[in-house]
Amino acid sequence: MYHRSDIVYLYDGGFQGFLCCVFQAFVQKENPQMILPQDEAQALLFETRHIETRPEQAERVWAAVPAKLGPEAPELTQCAFLSDLPDKELLLLEFLRQGFAQGPAVMQGLAREPLRSLWQAAQRAKHEAHLFTGFVRFSDCGGALTAVIHPKNQVLPLLADHFCQRFNAETFMIYDKTHQMALTHRPGQARIIPLEEAELPGPGQEERQIRALWRRFYQTLSIQGRETPRARQGHMPLRYWGDMTEFQRESPLVAPALPEDPLAPPQKPADL
Amino acid sequence: MLQSNVCSYDCRYCVNRRSNQTRRASFTPRELADLTMQFYRRNYIEGLFLSSAVSGTPDNACEQMLETLGILRREYGFVGYIHAKAIPGADDRLLQRLGLLADRVSVNIELPSQQSLGLLAPDKTRQSILGPMGRLAEGIAENKTDLVRYRGAPKFAPAGQSTQMIIGATPDTDYQILNLTAGLYKKYQLKRVFFSAYLPVVEDSRLPALDTAPPLLREHRLYQADWLLRFYGFEASELLDEDQPNFNPLLDPKCCWALRHMDQFPTEINRAPYETLLRIPGVGVRSARRILTARRSGSLDFKDLKKLGVVLKRAQYFITCRGRRAPGAAAEPGPALEALLSQRARESLAENSCRQLSLFDQPERFTREDVRQCITGQI
Repeated sequence: MYHRSDIVYLYDGGFQGFLCCVFQAFVQKENPQMILPQDEAQALLFETRHIETRPEQAERVWAAVPAKLGPEAPELTQCAFLSDLPDKELLLLEFLRQGFAQGPAVMQGLAREPLRSLWQAAQRAKHEAHLFTGFVRFSDCGGALTAVIHPKNQVLPLLADHFCQRFNAETFMIYDKTHQMALTHRPGQARIIPLEEAELPGPGQEERQIRALWRRFYQTLSIQGRETPRARQGHMPLRYWGDMTEFQRESPLVAPALPEDPLAPPQKPADL
Repeated sequence: MLQSNVCSYDCRYCVNRRSNQTRRASFTPRELADLTMQFYRRNYIEGLFLSSAVSGTPDNACEQMLETLGILRREYGFVGYIHAKAIPGADDRLLQRLGLLADRVSVNIELPSQQSLGLLAPDKTRQSILGPMGRLAEGIAENKTDLVRYRGAPKFAPAGQSTQMIIGATPDTDYQILNLTAGLYKKYQLKRVFFSAYLPVVEDSRLPALDTAPPLLREHRLYQADWLLRFYGFEASELLDEDQPNFNPLLDPKCCWALRHMDQFPTEINRAPYETLLRIPGVGVRSARRILTARRSGSLDFKDLKKLGVVLKRAQYFITCRGRRAPGAAAEPGPALEALLSQRARESLAENSCRQLSLFDQPERFTREDVRQCITGQI
């Protein structure tokens, strides 16, 4: 059936790169043992092949997804790819294979593998992105807004539309420290770039004052007789608290000097 | 956010009532608008919930709120969500302007009956509350047809109107409250009715004592029933009636209904229409939809249901899959009920049966008798 299945694909870690792996698997009639991002490749037993990212190949696969699997498939594919599911690439490849063979019916077997795992992972990613639309806390650094988050899934592409629309006249950056990516926005231009380290200036006088006002507001608003800590943790898991202003204490440090332009991206932009 | 807490009304349950000694303060419209913008651009808040005490006359209070919203919307171009409280007794034209600036407008119904209102909120009448509610409903309906006719028509309260009432400050029953709620949804097309368990803040002979715990479980049961009304196709009269005017503290309203209607079960998961699926305890709107999708590509078994998010712990007593019942799930209401009780209720039962003769029997503990009554329907 397959010419060979003792091979490992390496790709650049982006969504386009993954679509090229799907393309290669079909063209070469191969069933890879693993599909890994380059930087995660260790010493492996199997032969590895580096899959080059070619936009025209990715485009062909991407066009076939809604055509063969129905209108809901692209979103599922994308969200599952952004999730923290282990071996998501292989599961997605299997799912796409099934879909290309069976057509839109594959989307209905929600209780069957691999759709179930993928679908749940996609739900997780979307849910986390939804939480972050509320949990991202910006600070004003000389007119530009900056925020740091530690998500489990790669939520930035899912957050981009929301924040670019909401703050369309602002210059802002959301830095995803887990995946070392940043979403930067200036009016009319948004990008997601890889960023190893973001050096953010400390808060100024006004910023500290507003943070203090917010903490005060947050504390005043809570009603002691109605506190339900477990329900709160369900809606606002503890792992997000670290990056949220209302749970932080202001450090008495003096603000370091502002860098020239905190938003100037030194690296080349990655695909969305 | 309160624009001001300087109030000329004297509602018994309120901390800001005229006769209470408390510190008074007001925001200027500019201050409040600035603060909102600063919080909004840092993503601290989604929007603004603006209310006010009746400082001076109702019209005066409403005008202050209008000025704040005007600065936000027109001057600062604020596009976030705004929920404004209508001040009972304010002029209709002011209410109209409020609706044009806010996404949602709400009039608090405060208490579930006219008698309670007369007792605890002497400055508010049923008419001063339902009047504005009716005019808002008209405004919203009119605006909907206008928007179809003219694309540029200004939006009037596009997120609809809601209301809120206090639970547990007065002797009204759950049945009265639920009927009122259903009526409000039907008559005024409200988006939501909010229930708020009464939390004593002031001492008054007409109110529950200061050390009364807020009836949180009752509030929870009312919300559960509210969901059943809005999303599950239940009628208020199916859930409660005059003989049984209050919710059972041990079981949620849906389980209660199902146990009293065991003759309508079991439901065959692979055949039943959506409306019937929704009535099974342990199946929600989402899992019912998922069942509809999933059963198109093959018949479903119990373990498939679990994957689809059905709570089998509750559902197993009420369903069949391919004509078969879940292994070990008895069809009688007795064992089903036993399993449906929450952990806490069960622990309380166990403790109680050990200490049957205790002199200090705590009234909130549940007894075997209570449990039996769940099925017969009298409590």
